[in-house]
Parts: sequence; C-alpha cells; structure tokens
Amino acid sequence: MFQIRIHGRGGQGVVTGAEMLSVAAFLEGRYAQAFPSFGSERMGAPVMAFCRIDDREIRLREPVLAPDALIIQDPTLLHQVDLFSGLAPGGYVLINSTRSFGELGLAEIVRGGGRHRMCTVPATELAMKHVKRPLPNAALLGGFAAISREIKLKSVAAAIREKFPRAIAESNVAAAEEAYALVTKARETSDA
Amino acid sequence: MLKQTEGSRAVAEAIALCRPEVICAYPITPQTHIVEGLGEMVKAGELAGCEFINVESEFAALSVAIGASAAGARTYTATSSQGLLFMAEAVYNAAGLGLPIVMTIGNRAIGAPINIWNDHSDSMSMRDAGWIQLFAETNQEALDLHIQAFRLAEELSCPVMVCMDGFILTHAYDRVDVPAQAEVDAFLPAFEPRQVLDPAEPVTIGAMVGPEAFTEVRYLAHHKQLRALALIPHLSSEFAAKFGRASGGLIRPYRTSDAETIVVALGSVIGTVKEVVDDMRGEGVAIGCVSICSFRPFPLTALREALEHAKRVIVLEKCLAVGLGGIVSDGVRKALSGVMLKGYTVIAGLGGRAITRKSLRQLFEDAGADELEQVTFLDLNADIVASELERETLSRRSGPTAEAILRRLGTVASGIG
Repeated sequence: MFQIRIHGRGGQGVVTGAEMLSVAAFLEGRYAQAFPSFGSERMGAPVMAFCRIDDREIRLREPVLAPDALIIQDPTLLHQVDLFSGLAPGGYVLINSTRSFGELGLAEIVRGGGRHRMCTVPATELAMKHVKRPLPNAALLGGFAAISREIKLKSVAAAIREKFPRAIAESNVAAAEEAYALVTKARETSDA
Repeated sequence: MLKQTEGSRAVAEAIALCRPEVICAYPITPQTHIVEGLGEMVKAGELAGCEFINVESEFAALSVAIGASAAGARTYTATSSQGLLFMAEAVYNAAGLGLPIVMTIGNRAIGAPINIWNDHSDSMSMRDAGWIQLFAETNQEALDLHIQAFRLAEELSCPVMVCMDGFILTHAYDRVDVPAQAEVDAFLPAFEPRQVLDPAEPVTIGAMVGPEAFTEVRYLAHHKQLRALALIPHLSSEFAAKFGRASGGLIRPYRTSDAETIVVALGSVIGTVKEVVDDMRGEGVAIGCVSICSFRPFPLTALREALEHAKRVIVLEKCLAVGLGGIVSDGVRKALSGVMLKGYTVIAGLGGRAITRKSLRQLFEDAGADELEQVTFLDLNADIVASELERETLSRRSGPTAEAILRRLGTVASGIG
C-alpha cells in the first residue's frame, strides 16, 4: 500500500487534490481511498487530506500516520503543523514553493531522504499562469507523478478532466504538465 | 458500473435508482452532499416523477416525508446529529404510523460541546423509536443497503435508517459498483402502500389511542421488528444472488469460528479492526470480529451463536451511554445471557477521534491478557482529565470545562490523527 498525505489550507483544493489522486489510481485499475481531515471548515485554516493506493481492497480507515509521500501545498505551514510526522524512511516530499529545501530551512530533511525523493515546485505560480487562480493542487499532482512514479501523468490529466468542466480542466492539466516537466528535470539534474 | 466516487455521491445515485417520488431534506454536515446530489439530479430532470421539496428545518423535513409517504409516495430524506434530534418527535411518529420512509444518517456526534465529526450518538439516540437501523461498513455497502432498505421498509411498512459514518464514509472517495437501473427495478418493485390517503377512498391515519389499545399497537410495532429479523437476511441473500456481492444481513462474523477473543463493532471501523485481526492471526492469536449490520432489530440469536464459544468479547462502541458505559454492550450482554465469558466495553472514536491500528492492537492484547477494565475509553488522555479535575477543586468558579481543556491543549492544528 502506498500512502499520501496532503497538507494545505482551507480553500486551496487540498481535499479535491486527494480525490483526484484516487481517481487517477482507479483509472489505472488500482484500489484507492481518499478522505479529508477537516481541522475546521474555514478558509485559510490548516487542512489535511489522505490518499491510499493499493492492489487490493483497502479496509484501513485510520488517518495516514506514516505517509510514503507528503504533498505540502502551503509552505507557511512548515512552522505551524507537524508536517513530517511519521514520514516513512525514504519517503517522497513535494513542497509548493519557489525556494529550495535549503532556503526553506529544510536541508536536514533532504540529507535524510535523498535528493531525488524531495523536490520543490512553484505550483502556485504555475496555477496563476495557467488557471489564473492560486489553486496549486493540480500542478502538485503533476509534480507528484514525476517525483514518485506511483501514478502516470496521463491518469492525473484524466482525473482532472473528470473533476472539472472542460475549460477549467484543460488549464489545470496544463499546470500539471508543466509541473511534471519541471520536477522530471530536477530529478534528472539531481541523479546526474 | 465501477466508479471512483464520494460516498455521498454513491448513496445519491443509489437513491436515484430506487425511483423516489418525494425527497425532502434540510442541510446539515456531514450528510449534505447526499441531498445536494439528489437536488441536482431532480433539477436536471434526471429523476422522472420525483419532487424535491426544500423545507425550513429538520422537523419539517421529516414531517413532509410523513405526509408524502402517507399519500403513497416513495419518500426519502437524510440528516445528521442535531438535525436528527430536532426531528425526534416526527421520528417516533413515522414509525408509530408505520410509514416506510428511508432516511440516511451521516453519523455525527451530538453537542455540547459542538462537534461536526463522526460518532454514533445521533442514530443511537433514536434506537427505540421503532425504526429499523442498518449500519454500513463501506461505501459499497451504504449504496447496497439503501436499495435493500426501500424493499424492507415497504414489505414491513416500517421506516428504515441507513447509518453511515460521517466524513469517514460520506466524504471518502472509494471504488463502488453502481448497479444498472434494470437490476434495481428487478429487485425493488413499485411501492404498493398498505395505507394511503386517497380522496377517492378516504381514511384517517393517526388516531388517538387510549389505554384500551395502545399496548396492542405498540406490541405490533415490536412484532414487526421481530419479523424483520427473518426478512433482513432473506433480502441480503436475494441481493447477493441478483447483484453478485454480499451486503447487509444481521451480522457478519470474520475469522470467529475458533476465536477466543471476538471484537464486536458497527460501521466503518470494522475495516481497521479486520486489519488488526489479520495481523494478530498471523502471529497465532485466536482473534476474530463480528460486524453488526442490523442494530434495530437487535440480532440476539445470531450474536449468541457467533459469540458463545469465545472466552472474551470486546464491544467497541462509538457512543457513550453517560452514567452506564455502552449501548451496544447492553444488547450483546443480553444476547449472551447465561454464557460465562468475559465482556469488555470500549468507548472509542467519540467526536471523530481517530481509531488507529496501534491503539486497537494494544487494546486487544490487554483484553487477551484480561487486563482491561470493564469499561475503557480508548486513548483517553488521563493527564488532561486529572488536571481538569484538579483545577476544578481550586476554585468554585472554575468556568466551562471544554474551554479550559482547549486552552491547555493549545493549537489543535499541529498534530496528525
């Protein structure tokens, strides 16, 4: 079983992101479960959502306590929420930021986990460019597909198209594709 | 058709397949997405012959449902938590009048303190109102139970609640198999009411009944539920034959035949319990679990047969009977009357507290060593309780309890789970 935890703030599409990820996995013939953990139903409040992917029926209903991957939609949560709690050794971390892990004060985390498993991607900027709204979830799913290889980009795109009306879907798919390309390039650089 | 969708959406699609004629509801978290989905379908003209009625409160929602059902319409509503409490008088009336309304409960805690998260306090508070209560373990089962519920309700002329865990199921995206309309039509015939308000053939429904007949009317309500004990498994088998999957029934035992320790629970937590059972079985521990699907009628005989050979039974409850302990435990003990085994009540998951594998594992091990108290609160923070009790001794005007505990905890957004 592969477990993902997404952190963000109310209004950033955290829950929708986890749902789309589960749809993407389903489209690949896998079992998936996505569910939210509302701290409080307010714009801007810290929010978490979870996604599990497996090749058999998923019965477990506890929150994702030991994630294989973390997607952090809002870096301002770094000093507010225990984001890295339970992160599996060698787990993936994807942070929405224009800055590097070192600049975010997270150099220690990268040293523990290996560079090609950790990445930042400017998802809000990509969303502003393509979607014209600061909703980084789709771009981060594209980035997640690139960093983890747990899911294909085309499945992410199909899930986005299932969730949104056509025009909004296509702009989100464009954001996801650019994030995928950026993260793939960053991975190649770090592997070299 | 296989789909990856939200539990609430799956239920809305199941209700649509049941060809409802009146849907009325008032929004309350976490049930809202179900009736929102149905409202959209009615507005889009996808539900032929169905009227969606907006009402001003939960009391009105069920009152309208009562009127619609008495007029011969297949009627559906949904609610949660305080919403169910607000309709309490109508809940008893719907059952007392024998009207086959189906209502989803998106299970949620009851305040104060106000809390939007899951436990079973709401539907449990209406356990003696005369409704049948079925609990879903998964979103697939929630979908399937609604199809069975209309059949059950209409065959018996008795309202049915389908209870599904708020957020954990209602808001979870999962794989579900949505049946075709023809399949549902073959299982669920058109509603043929036993009683109907018809201007062409006038009757009154809802007479005042004095001491001369009240007991008999109530006895017959009880008798109806006892008949449901036979009908529920029958419908579950017929459903399995037609749809190719097991859903519903009275109870579902899992790895219990040679189990010394058996865990009894309702709803979605059974999935996590099964994971722990499998882990412990892998290490040679004789443990199993039983899921109660039909909470009303309460399956005394089926439970006795499933549990009586065990050495100990742990009843895991998402509801607290304040001043007593457990509600489900009471029924389980009655089922085991005269059987000598150890019985433990565990109150867990109140107000959405996560029930984790780790905590369950420790709990089951403690029970196996017979080191549990008769009533245990899973993951109770004893330090906070002790400090609050101490604080109350320091000053007469110690102030409100909930606020004092929140102040002590500090920011609640910083933890996971």
